Amino acid sequence: MAGRGSVTQVTDPRERVRACTGLAIEENHRKWFSSQTLRMRAWQLSMLMLGALLAGPVVAAEYAPLPGGTFTSVLPADGKAAPAKIAPFRLRTEPVTNAEFLAFVKAHPQWRRDQVAPVFADRRYLTHWAAPDALGDALPQQPVTRVSWFAAQAYCESEHARLPSWYEWEYAAAADARRADARSDPAWRERVLQWYSRPSSQALPSVGGAADVHGVRDLNGVVWEWVDDFNALLVGSDSRDQDGADKMKFCGAGAVSMQEKENYATLMRIAMLSALKAVDTTNNMGFRCAKPD
Amino acid sequence: MKRLAPWLLLTLLLAGQASAATPLPPDSVYQFNVTLTDQDGHAQPLAARRGQVQLVSMIYTSCAMVCPMIVDTMKLTRKAVAEPGRDKLALLAVSFDPARDSVDALRSYAATRKLDMRYWTLARTELKDARPLAALFGLQYRQLPDGDFNHSSELILLDTDGRIAARTTVIGRVDPVFVAAIDKALAEH
Repeated sequence: MAGRGSVTQVTDPRERVRACTGLAIEENHRKWFSSQTLRMRAWQLSMLMLGALLAGPVVAAEYAPLPGGTFTSVLPADGKAAPAKIAPFRLRTEPVTNAEFLAFVKAHPQWRRDQVAPVFADRRYLTHWAAPDALGDALPQQPVTRVSWFAAQAYCESEHARLPSWYEWEYAAAADARRADARSDPAWRERVLQWYSRPSSQALPSVGGAADVHGVRDLNGVVWEWVDDFNALLVGSDSRDQDGADKMKFCGAGAVSMQEKENYATLMRIAMLSALKAVDTTNNMGFRCAKPD
Repeated sequence: MKRLAPWLLLTLLLAGQASAATPLPPDSVYQFNVTLTDQDGHAQPLAARRGQVQLVSMIYTSCAMVCPMIVDTMKLTRKAVAEPGRDKLALLAVSFDPARDSVDALRSYAATRKLDMRYWTLARTELKDARPLAALFGLQYRQLPDGDFNHSSELILLDTDGRIAARTTVIGRVDPVFVAAIDKALAEH
């Protein structure tokens, strides 16, 4: 029985994540981490970011080269221990903004919220804008949110790019200002968790935070981001059974065997992404694009 | 008369494309602009399959275990569909491994699996289109380091306009509820 090829279809991914990890996936999930101090710090940080941003308008999208290599993901490539192999690639230095997405929608009217086919985006798509072709209170330099995976894909194609894979994103987000992999540093984790402490009702900061060692900004601390293989992350790595009831095996592959268990912040991302469908849009889900080297 | 001639011509042209002239339902998978290339190398848009009731799934041909079961289940399901509707039911399996599933690979898979090409189509997409297509069908896949894939195994029923009318995760045997949905879709056809 050599071939894998697998299975385990579970009805509601939210249920699945909850069953495996005990995490309830809600819009306001971040409140779990909240504490007065953390909230204050996050607020100060976002004001700093805002100050940095108001300095000048952002021009054409920039992409920074990342060397890639072997990377210990929280999701082993084979479900056991295999590291991910990441080819050199380029990553957009900032998430796509409202202004950029507005320009895209004007050039490709099939992605206007009043014209998009419901197979590509749910009803909440871009509803925070004042009109299908006007931002209103949504700030031009805020990352665009309430975009579906299909819309994010289409946007990236317009930049002759694609969405990053999960491994590419996780690898990039492991960096701090000095190191490509800062994950073992408690300060890195605290920074990520600080973000979770910000109430989701609070306005999104604008893009343009501090650059990391690769020259990439805002990977942690601004929005959740779509990845190309968002819906494949918790597909079991060796789930051959057809009955779909083999929850332990599924969880074993997707969650229990996760490496770096202390990396709770990253687990949250995977849980969030896995709970979504490609048409879903949420208040905090944005994206950035990637290109081959 | 002189002024009428172009209109006549136009009417004749349009008559030949009656279905194309009716707008697609917004929830049709044919809203997605993707080219499928079949086992004979013929390329056409997915939306060219409009007008037929069909069973769809995604597989990869080097898959040793579950994919043959998917294909067998599609065969079994078709057999379970009532006559005479059965003859109008098309079967489509699209690869999510376009890197390895060339036209030749699809053709030899069709031969090995003894697929009746009167109603079967095996198809591949461009590399970049496999994941959006899977997302459109609500299917998941993930490539493993050894080249194999983990993927969800489901059969999807598309009505004539490309709406997902039913789906089943039952593989290896016939799902009677799903067959009833096919019978119904064919009766409406």
